[in-house]
Amino acid sequence: MSATATLRKERPVEGLGFHKKPSKAKSTERAVFWLFRLGTYFILLCASVIFLTIIFKGSQTVFQSSFPFVNVEFLTEAPQTLHVFEYEGEKYELSDNNFRAFEAERGVEIKTDTYAYSGGGIWPCIVGTVLLVVGAMTIALTLGVLSAIFLSEYSKPGKILNAIRLSILNLAGVPSVVFGIFGLGFFVLAGPIFSFSPFEGYDFQFWPLPIYFGFAGWNVSLLAGCFTLAFMVLPIVISASEESLRAIPQGLREASLALGASKWTAIRTNVLPYAMPGILTSSIIGVARVAGETAPIMFTAAYAMRDQLPWEGLEKWSDFFFQGVMALPYHIYVVSAKIPQNEYTERMQYGTAFVFLVIVAGIALASILLRIRMRKKYRW
Amino acid sequence: MANDKPEPKRPLIRVSDFDFYYGEKQALFDINMDMKENEVTAFIGPSGCGKSTLLRCINRMNDLVEVARIGRGKIEVNGADIYDPRVDTIELRKRVGMVFQKSNPFPKSIYENVIYGLRIQGINKKPVLDEAVERCLKGAALWDEVKDRLDTSGLSLSGGQQQRLCIARALAVEPDILLMDEPCSALDPVATAKVEELIHSLKNDYTIVIVTHNMQQAARVSDKTAFFYLGKLIEMAKTDEIFMSPKNEQTEAYISGRFG
Ligand SMILES: Nc1ncnc2c1ncn2[C@@H]1O[C@H](COP(=O)(O)OP(=O)(O)OP(=O)(O)O)[C@@H](O)[C@H]1O
Ligand SMILES: [Mg+2]
Repeated sequence: MSATATLRKERPVEGLGFHKKPSKAKSTERAVFWLFRLGTYFILLCASVIFLTIIFKGSQTVFQSSFPFVNVEFLTEAPQTLHVFEYEGEKYELSDNNFRAFEAERGVEIKTDTYAYSGGGIWPCIVGTVLLVVGAMTIALTLGVLSAIFLSEYSKPGKILNAIRLSILNLAGVPSVVFGIFGLGFFVLAGPIFSFSPFEGYDFQFWPLPIYFGFAGWNVSLLAGCFTLAFMVLPIVISASEESLRAIPQGLREASLALGASKWTAIRTNVLPYAMPGILTSSIIGVARVAGETAPIMFTAAYAMRDQLPWEGLEKWSDFFFQGVMALPYHIYVVSAKIPQNEYTERMQYGTAFVFLVIVAGIALASILLRIRMRKKYRW
Repeated sequence: MANDKPEPKRPLIRVSDFDFYYGEKQALFDINMDMKENEVTAFIGPSGCGKSTLLRCINRMNDLVEVARIGRGKIEVNGADIYDPRVDTIELRKRVGMVFQKSNPFPKSIYENVIYGLRIQGINKKPVLDEAVERCLKGAALWDEVKDRLDTSGLSLSGGQQQRLCIARALAVEPDILLMDEPCSALDPVATAKVEELIHSLKNDYTIVIVTHNMQQAARVSDKTAFFYLGKLIEMAKTDEIFMSPKNEQTEAYISGRFG
C-alpha cells in the first residue's frame, strides 16, 4: 500500500511530461526534417524556374495574340535571316522570304539590319530530331532487346557474363562527346558501304556478284547519327529490357517448356509479349536522351543549316540515310553559341527549347499510350 | 500407348541408381524405382525430401536450374535414357507432360491456354483446335464451367479452375505420361474431388505420377506409393500394402502422422 503511494508521488503530476520542452532527440529530428524539406523545396524551385522561364519566353515565340494564335511560320519554315527595318514610319521584323516579297510588292529596295538565324522557323530541326530519335530508338531497341534476351535467358553465369555486364555498365558512364568521336571515327569516316556499282575507295568486290564493299565512311549523315545515338542509349535499353524480362514469372517459361516449346518459342510467346510494355516504358528515358544530346550528333549527323528537307532532292532511296540533318539541340547550340547574341536570337533559343520540350514530352506520352494498349492486349 | 490385351505391364519409367545434386548439396540418393504403364504412382514424404526434384528430373525440367546436375545413374522413359546428350528435350516433354505445384496458366484466353501446345507445333486449323479445346476441357472436368467464356483470360478463373485448366493444357499435347506436382495443394475439397475423379478417368490413357502431401489422396488415387525421406526412396509398394502393412518403420511413422 505504502509502496504504491510513493510510486504515485514520483510520477509527474500532469500527464507523462508530454508538455515539457522537447527532448534533444526531438529537436534533432525536427532540424533534420527541415533540412530534407528545404532540400526538396530548393529542387522544386529550380525546376519551376527552369520550366517557367522556357515556357514563358518560349511561348512568346511559339504563340501569338492574333489568329491563328500559333506562330505558323516558326513551326513550318526553315531558319532564315531576320530583317529589321523601318518603312514609312512603321517598324517591321521580317524573315528573309517575307522581306523579299515585301520589297517586290512595293518595288523598293530597303536597307535593313540583318540578324542571322533569327527569322523563319525550325521545321527542318523538328523533322531531323524526329528522324534521329525514331532511327536511333529502332536500332537501340532491336540490338538492346536481342542482347538482353541473350544475357538473361541464354547465357550461363560466369566470368564472361560478368565481364559483359561490366562493360555495358561502363558504357553507360561514357560521356556523350566520346560517343560523338567514336561515331566520327567509325561511322562518318569508316562506315562500311555496300554498293552495286564501284565507288571511290571500295576495298573489294564479292566477285562474281556485282556487289562492292569498302569502309568508305557514311559522311555526316542520318545513319551515322542514328547509330551513334543508339550506341549511347544501348546500356539504358539493355538494362531496362533485362529487368523487364526478369520480372516475368519463371512459371510461364516452365509451363511453356513443359508443353514442348523450345526455349526460343517460350520466350517469343510467353516472355517477350509480357515484357514489352516494361521495356518500352523504361526506354522512354532513352528517348529523352537521344532527342536531347548534342555532342554525339555534332560530328556525325547535324548540319547547322540545310535548305532542303530530308525527303527533298533525293536521287535514290538510300540517299535518304546518307544526308545530314538539322536537329533541335544542335540548333539551340548554334543560335546560342555560334552567332552574335541579341534580343532576336534569344527569341529563337527559347522558342526552340520550348518546342523541343513539347516534342520530348509528346514522344514519352506516345510510348506510355503504346504501353497501356499493350498491357490491355496482354492482361495479366 | 495403352494396349487392350492383358499383357504384363512394362515399366514405362525406370529410375536406376540415380543421384542428383543442387550445386554441392545432394538432393537425391541412389533412387531405384519403376513406374508402370497406366498406373498411378504417388510420391509421398515430408517437405524437402526431394519429391518435386525427382518428378522434375523425369521431364528434364531441372535443366533450367543453373546449379542442378546428375551425379550417377540414369532415368529411362520407354527404354531410352533421357539424359543421353542426343535426346531432344522438346520431344521428351511432349511425351511427358507436367502439371506444376503452383498453377500457372498463361495470361491468355482459356481457349489459347488449352491449345498452346498445339499452336507451337504449327497446328492452326480452327476445327482441329476447337475439337481439342472441347475434348481437353471435358477431360479436365472444366468444360461445363467455362464453355461460355472461352475467350476470357485464364487468370480470371478460380484457383481450382486454373489448376484444371493447366491439366487440360497438358492433355492437349497428348502425352503418354503425366507428372503432377501437388495438383490439389491449393484446392478446396470439392475441386480436389474433381481432380481426383479426373485422375481416375485419365488412368486408362495415361501413366500418372503424382506428388501429394495428402495421405488419403494417395490412398484414393494411386496404385503404387513411394515414400521418400531426406532424398532417399525408403519404400515403394502397392498402395494398399504401404498403408495397411508398411515394412519400414519410418514409413509407418510418417503415414500414421507421427512425423513429417
Ligand atoms: N532450385 C533449387 N536449387 C537448390 N536447391 C534446391 C532447388 N530446388 C530444391 N532444392 C532443394 O532440394 C531439396 C528437395 O527439394 P524438393 O523441392 O524436391 O522437395 P519436395 O519434396 O518437393 O518438398 P515439398 O513437399 O515442400 O514440395 C530441398 O532441400 C530443397 O532445398
Ligand atoms: Mg515439391
